[in-house]
Amino acid sequence: MIGIVGYGSYLPRYRIKVEDIAHQWGKDPETIKRGLLLKEKTVPGIDEDTITISVEAARNALKRAGIDPREIGAVYVGSESHPYAVKPSGTVVAEALGIVPDVHIADYEFACKAGTEAMFVSYSLVKADLMKYAMGIGSDTSQGAPGDALEFSASAGGSAFIFGKENVVAEVLETYSYATDTPDFWRREGAFYPLHGGRFTGQPAYFKHIIGAGQAILEKSGFKPSEFAYAIFHMPNGKFPLTVGKKLGFKKEQLEPGWIVPLMGNTYSGSSPTGFSATLDVSKPGELILLVSFGSGAGSDAFIFKVTERINEVRDRAEKVKDMLENNRIYLDYGQYAKFRGKIIMAE
Amino acid sequence: MREVAVIGCGMTRFGELWEKSFRDIFVEAALKAIDDAGVDHLDSLYVGTMTSGLFVGQEHVGALMADYLGVAPVPAVRVESACCSGGMALRLGFFDIASGNSDIVLIGGVEKMTDGADVTYALATAADQEYEVYQGVTFPGLYAMIARAHMHQYGTTRKQLAHVAVKNHHNGSLNPHAQFQNEITVEQVIGATMVAHPLTVLDSSPVSDGAACVVLASSDVAKKLKKPLIKIVSSSAATDALALHQREDITTLKAVKHAAESAYKMAGLKPTDIQLAEVHDCFTIAEICIVEELGFVKKGKGGEFTEKGETALEGSIPVNTSGGLKAKGHPVGATGVAQAVEIVEQLRGNAGKRQVKNATIGLTQNMGGSGASSVVHIFKKES
Amino acid sequence: MPSPRYWRETPQRYRLEAAKCKQCGKISFPPRLVCLGCGNKDFDTVKLSDKGKIVTFTTICVAPTQFTEEAPYSIAIVELSDGVRFTTQVVDCTPEDLEIGKPVKIVFRKIQEEDKTGIICYGYKAVLT
Repeated sequence: MIGIVGYGSYLPRYRIKVEDIAHQWGKDPETIKRGLLLKEKTVPGIDEDTITISVEAARNALKRAGIDPREIGAVYVGSESHPYAVKPSGTVVAEALGIVPDVHIADYEFACKAGTEAMFVSYSLVKADLMKYAMGIGSDTSQGAPGDALEFSASAGGSAFIFGKENVVAEVLETYSYATDTPDFWRREGAFYPLHGGRFTGQPAYFKHIIGAGQAILEKSGFKPSEFAYAIFHMPNGKFPLTVGKKLGFKKEQLEPGWIVPLMGNTYSGSSPTGFSATLDVSKPGELILLVSFGSGAGSDAFIFKVTERINEVRDRAEKVKDMLENNRIYLDYGQYAKFRGKIIMAE
Repeated sequence: MREVAVIGCGMTRFGELWEKSFRDIFVEAALKAIDDAGVDHLDSLYVGTMTSGLFVGQEHVGALMADYLGVAPVPAVRVESACCSGGMALRLGFFDIASGNSDIVLIGGVEKMTDGADVTYALATAADQEYEVYQGVTFPGLYAMIARAHMHQYGTTRKQLAHVAVKNHHNGSLNPHAQFQNEITVEQVIGATMVAHPLTVLDSSPVSDGAACVVLASSDVAKKLKKPLIKIVSSSAATDALALHQREDITTLKAVKHAAESAYKMAGLKPTDIQLAEVHDCFTIAEICIVEELGFVKKGKGGEFTEKGETALEGSIPVNTSGGLKAKGHPVGATGVAQAVEIVEQLRGNAGKRQVKNATIGLTQNMGGSGASSVVHIFKKES
Repeated sequence: MPSPRYWRETPQRYRLEAAKCKQCGKISFPPRLVCLGCGNKDFDTVKLSDKGKIVTFTTICVAPTQFTEEAPYSIAIVELSDGVRFTTQVVDCTPEDLEIGKPVKIVFRKIQEEDKTGIICYGYKAVLT
């Protein structure tokens, strides 16, 4: 049996409400809350970045896995906000976890699906018997330009998944990936904020790829939507995943535990992986879970997991996503948020 | 060991000396001290400066000062022990004479802090760079943590801390060399801009430029001069863990305690024999801890002792009659030597409005970092 | 901060590695070559606990250049459950939240940057639990 042997997430404590961002730019918060189904979003602390979030998420995954970190053969960090343009995030993470030097490390980037990419390759390496364990992390401190619609959603957080063959918590039953060249959202080298094609990010990008991957994996596996306890689709806002779920034949209840975007925002590479982590937090042995990510550019990775008895042993070993989302929140006003996110031009 | 005496002293005014350079302020103080001593040559030169490399980009200070004072080829060396660089320079000069190697030695302390360097960072280099400074600690922060612990352990109050600054500003108002010659109130101290909770800017010594010098000589040489003979009867130094968190007790300045104990032993004196002291009040809490470590009062009672006025000019043991680091100013490397200048002036009876009557025995205590090094000297006037 | 100086301390800053004296058992953090407890020179590498309590603390309002954007920030001396003390920032809280004796947990955070184009330095900080 090959699958996840440990999972963990991390969300910063800081938040900003949709009202505060809307107020700053003279927009009507109610329209945005209704239109995007967002209430607030996570904001990284001034001392947090993709690397620190990855380390904390990975530590939680290690607590659940209960394994010696030195047995992990690969550490992959997927993000679109790696702190360095050149120099890996993964080396810091692996060093902090005590995994070095017998380890393969790489950083992934594919807009919001870099996390599931890291998971896919980790799974594949274990399946190929090249290593005992491999860890895939999806983590981001997402950027959204001031005043842009993205600013209401771009948030921070991440999740880590250790794949292996013993003491599996969620078995991988099937995978499928779907990708085309679609310029719906991008950030050029050196640019601070990403740009996007507005409504072009919808139908030809998000919906086409998620539905393409979703339908294909259902067909390949032979499962029907009704056989799944839960499904998670990438969450650029509150509305898109609900729409895509409906189109693929899923009910809102199946999406509910992983639909954390109203309080978390869009953590880009950490979005669907953290929705999946939140779903594992409430899942029971024997349940089937569908996970479909989406990354602009564009592509989707799909996974079907089957939860095992082991979930009951490991679930409480680390903090759950719902608790991170709902407890100990520190709210920022727009000025503090702008400072935290480096949006204020400082003296050189 | 030969007996050692101070035969001359001089200092610049402390403060923001915009018109004067690092080397100029040293030479100004040195010329005053040499003139006061009335000597025509020096056998060697010791200069205490903490971090001239960061403050003005200048190292190799011994040679520079010998050159500009016009005494080269006299051997000269720069001495560094953070904020007690000056006190340590004095100690090395003391031993140079005591050992019989030199007869007349000039000791200088100098710092130029206002030339635009990042002062907070420069001072922080006296703490553990990798395990304190790396985390964002500052010197006010370290002393603030000592203050918080002292308040927690002994019930020392915010007001008692303020009394140190109020007293020292009063003394500074009587000292023409002091950077601040104004009186302040307890309320002003407590209400001033916060630097590191609970310490405000008025709990803190200022950023200063300044230099101070003394000329030391063997007793035999000194006796030929027709001046009150001020002997150095003790020179003692000690060290402790560099990082505050490594100390056994956060509120105990063990290096000060050790240096004081051996200084008393060397002179055959007790704390009660000391008639006045210049101590290292870089922050108000420091003076409270130091009067405890010097044995003037029981551990934990320093705040109460200060509030009751025991350390005031007219108290049982006047402390920092010069205004201390707080009011006189704290050009870091100069401080230890300036403390000696004050004690010598007091013992000679030249301290003007701040004169302690009939003073014959005085002590200086100079300290580096958050207390990792300390040096204590005891001076005695021979009639 | 020059890269080699930062890099050399990573076992301590990233993983809280310390040296435990093989003779008297005293733990040195950072590791030392000579045990302060007994003078012995043989050590085992141990990993410190990530839980502790506040021994004393302050909130720094006037910060060195690398930390000005974070000011005011709190700093504490923390005693870990294995008895080791170190100095660390306490984050994600207000100064009013801090008290001597309060329990903390050690987390992994960014500590400072050389500048916007230099290396990013990571390490330990504390959060209240």
